[in-house]
Amino acid sequence: MTELLVLAVLGAAAVCTGVLVFVVDSMARATFSLLASFLATGVALLLMDLAYLGLLTILMMTIEMAIMAVFMIMLMMNPAGLMPMTMVHNTRGSVVVGVVAFVVLTVGVWTVDWPDRPGPRPADATAQVGEAIMGDYMLVMIVVGVVLLATMVAGIALATHRGRYDRFGPDLDRDPDDPVRGGLPR
Amino acid sequence: MPETVWTSPWAGPVVVAVALLLGLVLAVMDALARRAPAGGRRADVLVAPVRDGARMLLERRGTTIAPDRLLSTVAVLAVPVLALMSAAVLPFGGRSVVSTSADLVWFNAAEALLWAAVWLLGWGPNAVHPLVGAYRFLAQGLAYELPLMFAIITVGVGAGSLRATDVVAAQAGGAWFLWTMPAAFVVFLIGAAAFAFWGPFGAPAGTDVAGGVLAETSGVDRLLVQVGRATFLGVAAATAAAWFLGGEDGPGLPGPVWYALKTLAVMALLVGMGRRWPVVRPERFADVAWVVLLPATVVQSAVVAVLVLGGFYR
Repeated sequence: MTELLVLAVLGAAAVCTGVLVFVVDSMARATFSLLASFLATGVALLLMDLAYLGLLTILMMTIEMAIMAVFMIMLMMNPAGLMPMTMVHNTRGSVVVGVVAFVVLTVGVWTVDWPDRPGPRPADATAQVGEAIMGDYMLVMIVVGVVLLATMVAGIALATHRGRYDRFGPDLDRDPDDPVRGGLPR
Repeated sequence: MPETVWTSPWAGPVVVAVALLLGLVLAVMDALARRAPAGGRRADVLVAPVRDGARMLLERRGTTIAPDRLLSTVAVLAVPVLALMSAAVLPFGGRSVVSTSADLVWFNAAEALLWAAVWLLGWGPNAVHPLVGAYRFLAQGLAYELPLMFAIITVGVGAGSLRATDVVAAQAGGAWFLWTMPAAFVVFLIGAAAFAFWGPFGAPAGTDVAGGVLAETSGVDRLLVQVGRATFLGVAAATAAAWFLGGEDGPGLPGPVWYALKTLAVMALLVGMGRRWPVVRPERFADVAWVVLLPATVVQSAVVAVLVLGGFYR
């Protein structure tokens, strides 16, 4: 009973801080209300005995939000995000999309005939989820992972302003001429 | 499965007290290492952290124009709270206050939340120097976080479990992880110094930016942040003693004595090395972290994985 109550409070907190993202008038507050929403979700996962998933959600979302704060404040037209600004655009359209999505999901949750658990509860639910998602597809996952990594490296290589020929000269034999010196003698 | 949660009602308060004591010991060691005994008496140095703390407690809080009070308060409270959270998974005699199937990730998450806390600390006062310090911390975070994660996961691979008590149990009988994971141990300590922005990684609160994230934080607020930083570093030293040096494992002396001795040794190593290095600029550290530390930790975890497959860790 207590657990259910705490879970309900966490759920409400996640929704309320999620709403706050669009109510507050500062970039920093919006970012960190979103983080608060994710943290509430992470703690809810912890309560459901999904320790690894819950902690990973907290860990990843924190770092993600911190980096997002950097970029949002860097790229917004309002320098440093210090001036109050509105967080919503296209209010009418987004209200329609939000209401429709909410109705579809709620109707789905309450009308779908969820299956009952056939066997006993697994000792380690995380391992079970991992087995279910990855078990038969491990090779695919490994290949996809390497492809994703290659895509990221290639994307950065294509997007970078200064390649190795700019740094080391046409014959790659010059001392590097970098605007910001690194920590290693290269 | 043996019971690994410390269920006594005293467990929480005791661990909070232990964590604060670890922070105090670290702060005293740091004061000893930093201040050469020129002039002042040695006793002065020993009480310096306490005296500074009392001064901050009594000092009047300064304020800036149009600060973000809510976010400042969150940040100031978050730093010590996160330090105490990280102490919750410290294993004592086969038990910890919080024992989940992912204690190692718990510690990692507590430390990662500092990204948010320290950035908010710099954002809150609405002043230039703290914000510069905050961005320095995030730049430093991008450098230390991945090697630190690989170091932590190496411990998990070696122990075959992410539970802190299992990690200590896996090292029983002198099979300390330090012998096979020296690189992970060093990177863990570097990461600890970096997330507490202490010693050579103190650029986010550096004197060249007038105190950085701490420039506009004074009074009780400053005390809370400084206590949090010292506690985090002290708890990290104890964590390193448990994860890499076997915790209570050792011949002759009782377990807790071994644990305390190892923790003190790690602190001495941390403070002794840390105070011999100049402050590293975050962009330079990023270069070193990604070109040297990250490959080193990847190789380290690969070596440990091969050893696990070979049955080295039983």
